[in-house]
Amino acid sequence: MTTLAPGFADPPLAAQAAFRRLLDAMARPGTVLSLEAPPAPPPLAPAAGAIALTLCDADTAIWLDPALRTPEVIAWLRFHTGCRVVQAAEEAAFAFAAQATAMPLDRLSTGSDEFPDRSATAVFQVARLGAGTPLRLTGPGIETTTTLRVEGLPPGFIEWRRRNHTAYPRGVDVVLVAATSIAALPRSTAVTVG
Amino acid sequence: MSLPGYNFAYLDEQTKRMIRRALLKAVAIPGYQVPFASREMPLAYGWGTGGMQVTAAVIGPHDVLKVIDQGADDTTNAVSIRRFFALTAGVRTTERTAEATIIQTRHRIPETPLTAAQILVYQVPQPEPLRKLEPRETETRRMHALADYGLMHVKLYEDIARHGRITLSYDYPVLVNGRHVMAPSPIPSFDNPKMHRSPALQLFGAGREKRIYAVPPYTSVESLAFEDHPFHPWKANEACGLCGATDSYLDEVVVDDRGGRLFVCSDTDHCTTRRAAGHRGAAAGHALAGAGE
Ligand SMILES: [Zn+2]
Repeated sequence: MTTLAPGFADPPLAAQAAFRRLLDAMARPGTVLSLEAPPAPPPLAPAAGAIALTLCDADTAIWLDPALRTPEVIAWLRFHTGCRVVQAAEEAAFAFAAQATAMPLDRLSTGSDEFPDRSATAVFQVARLGAGTPLRLTGPGIETTTTLRVEGLPPGFIEWRRRNHTAYPRGVDVVLVAATSIAALPRSTAVTVG
Repeated sequence: MSLPGYNFAYLDEQTKRMIRRALLKAVAIPGYQVPFASREMPLAYGWGTGGMQVTAAVIGPHDVLKVIDQGADDTTNAVSIRRFFALTAGVRTTERTAEATIIQTRHRIPETPLTAAQILVYQVPQPEPLRKLEPRETETRRMHALADYGLMHVKLYEDIARHGRITLSYDYPVLVNGRHVMAPSPIPSFDNPKMHRSPALQLFGAGREKRIYAVPPYTSVESLAFEDHPFHPWKANEACGLCGATDSYLDEVVVDDRGGRLFVCSDTDHCTTRRAAGHRGAAAGHALAGAGE
């Protein structure tokens, strides 16, 4: 029998602290924030693990990219969150990708015109936040414009974001993760390179 | 210290996760009403159970909570909500707008400009701005889906045709992020401009109607109007009798049993802070027992 890595030490308080960071990240797109995250079984990044611990449970279907579909990651997620791991990306409320290129961008749910909230949140693990390709962001939560630098975005990401933004208010919301850092790109954010 | 026997901030963790997921979607789609499975709270509906659930899902032990009702911190409603979170979450509470990290409100936005370090939580009785015009939920949902707000414009225009101006003075509908028409809750239209591009995050909870919505910081919030009939926030053309403020929202209160009346700031913290700084109104020194209640 293998021992399972621990989740949050004090779940109510740790989940609250992590949620406030997530809320702040979503409300201020492009801001890089750090989460106090327990070590998650690799290759799941600690911040991605903390997002699952904070938001996922038996009511949420999650999709994992092939790199994350290890017995250790699945056992850890199931034990600590009780979430359902689904094969079909279309059904996922949360999609986690350790390899950003493996995120099935065009299969994720964007919700409907009547219920745009019934859409996926895509959690991309990237190499670094705060370094790399500069993304120029505008939209709600951003006073004028802001720049987020990301190393390790998948090819086609900007074009996908443009299509995603055009479908507004339908759309997929993105959280980028590197180690214990996060930055969010909600669907309302317009993203260009520069 | 929080109350033993209760989970932190009262709600169980599964409920908080559900509300938190709804809040993140609400922030991602400014002004859109996210359905959520509203829970019972130990206060009756109409006492801000939607706002309380939002606050319970957001609040942490380091927060400082302010609760206002019609601008006042000392009404029964405000006091009991403040006490509830002091007990269940062990948070510090305050009556000072500037000291608060979370402000739960019914009917007002504080006069003191909010900052990026603050979250404003609104208690909302009716989240659907189109409900009075269209009782069917499927229809209002379709109108939001298509951004088909013609009915709302017709209603406002009828008001102008009949009265020469838009007569709505509270819960005045707004267009958020240029896309969703939203009910700002029953705040006076005087407060609407404070929502526009506010540095604070604004969250809205409707318990009975089971809806959560949000306005992120620096988001466009326009009060609906027409080119030939621009929006005019209404306010009594008076100065506060106690602090002399001419730019705050005023309540008219009865001050004695001979029918004497006085205009005073609705925002009690604003008025107190101004008086402490030496501002005096025409009725300064008046023994205003129970003003604003
Ligand atoms: Zn005053």
